[in-house]
Amino acid sequence: MIINQIAVFLENRSGRICEFARVLKDANINIQTMNIADTSEYGILRAITDNNDKAIKVLKENGFNTASTDLIGFQVADKPGEMHKVLQLLDQERINISYLYSYAQVGSKTAAILLKVDFPDLAIKILNQNGVKSF
Amino acid sequence: MTKYYNQKIECMTKEEKFTLQSNKLVSVVKRVFQNVGWYREKMLKMGVYPEDIKTIDDIEKLPFTEKHDLRDNYPFGSFAVSKKQIVRVHASSGTTGKLTVVGYTKKDIEDWAECCARGLYSVGAGEESTIHVAYGYGLFTGGLGMHYGGELIGATVVPVSSGNTPRQIMLINDFSADTLCCTPSYAIHMAEEALKLGLNPKNFPLKYGVFGAEPWSEEMRKQIEELYSLKAYDIYGLSEITGPGVATECEFQCGPHVQDDFFYPEIIDSITEKQLRMGETGELVFTTLSKEGMPLIRYRTRDISSIISDPCPCGRTTVRLSKITGRYDDMMIVRGVNVFPSQIESALVGCDSQVSSKFMVVLNRINNLDTMDIEVELVPGVAFDEIKSIQLLTQKVNSVVSSAIGVSANIKLVSSGTFKYVEGEKVKKVKDNRKI
Repeated sequence: MIINQIAVFLENRSGRICEFARVLKDANINIQTMNIADTSEYGILRAITDNNDKAIKVLKENGFNTASTDLIGFQVADKPGEMHKVLQLLDQERINISYLYSYAQVGSKTAAILLKVDFPDLAIKILNQNGVKSF
Repeated sequence: MTKYYNQKIECMTKEEKFTLQSNKLVSVVKRVFQNVGWYREKMLKMGVYPEDIKTIDDIEKLPFTEKHDLRDNYPFGSFAVSKKQIVRVHASSGTTGKLTVVGYTKKDIEDWAECCARGLYSVGAGEESTIHVAYGYGLFTGGLGMHYGGELIGATVVPVSSGNTPRQIMLINDFSADTLCCTPSYAIHMAEEALKLGLNPKNFPLKYGVFGAEPWSEEMRKQIEELYSLKAYDIYGLSEITGPGVATECEFQCGPHVQDDFFYPEIIDSITEKQLRMGETGELVFTTLSKEGMPLIRYRTRDISSIISDPCPCGRTTVRLSKITGRYDDMMIVRGVNVFPSQIESALVGCDSQVSSKFMVVLNRINNLDTMDIEVELVPGVAFDEIKSIQLLTQKVNSVVSSAIGVSANIKLVSSGTFKYVEGEKVKKVKDNRKI
């Protein structure tokens, strides 16, 4: 399944992440996932919310350089070897991964893997054929 | 067809101009010698007396006036008339403490209005125009200068002053302004704000933009003319000399015409202080030929320009200035290389559609080596979800800017809107943390 994500450019300056969260709070938007890729000078904050369209609108209004990106998402069992299986299948097909994040909820037996890849449709097909469920 | 506000003066022959300027110089030197103590002392020290000045060519014999002379004689020590005859004062913001104060007699205000009137005519505005003045009103000369000039040509003047951009946009459209007076960076800012509000500045009624009070590049002119449907003209002035309107471009946009019956320009080598020839680049120096309240002789502006004396197709015989490329005061010396903020700005315009020309230079000295970081704002709406796209863009901007300024810089991209625009006046673009 294609999952929409927002990506926000943040220069390294104190208070920027907090400001991001405030803007979403004021718009009554719930953050479902959030992570940050950092370099020494800037970072990219990636998040999924309950209303990405509205989130992008309010973030832009507040001066954040915000992108909307489509990811692919899969549900796997929360046990050893599952991540390896997914990565190996993609590697066999020479599908390059730009970035990936994964999370498991406490008490749940499944985990989610979200990825940005070069050929999303092909990746979904390969993984689904090999028993990896989209969510 | 070219319209002149004062054809007799603006199109006079070289010989007539020489006589007029010579007579005026003789008179102003006498007035200053008699009434301004500190300038008289400078003349005595150099052994120059009013009787040595017979024609405009003798100007080279006279001592210079510098900004610190005005500050040292704060507030009214440079006035050449009694306080009773001064009808107005303006003051320019000093980067270091004290203001530079300028006093005007009634006639000075009238002459200044004439300069602005000539300038407004030369860009194409006239009696039927509506002039939106978004320069600040107050101690700053920008607002009131254009205001009086606009009234003198019989136009409708909207004294909106600076600030409240959405209201400015509304008034330009509701009042059908055809002439916009503001800083070039504010013109760009206003266009961006309009686009955010869903309005296309191309549909504004504006035809003429009279932009000045800060150095700007040909690239910025192109950018403004692409954003709006107007033609962008350069106006030059400084409060010490009078305010805006010392020089204004004509319809041919080939450098501002100096109102050289009022203000005599010279270009000097800023180090040797020797006069340079026509066309050579150096420091711009002005002598006020008519002013009564605070006449200045050979005032060093710190602006970098050259004088163009080729005939202009508009028919005016006044000399022109080449685009002010920077100010000696803004010049940074980075690892021995002279760098001007205006060079960085020119390089950024047209470098990549994802980056704006808004920037801040931060200089540091680490282990005795100068480092130059340039923070560059992204254009609103530009976004990335991958680090590598940011890195590629950073590298591109880095190589364009570094090769333009001749010294390697470290580009840091920052979010759009990082540099809050302080409306009305000049923008600070350099933060020098070096302890030298």
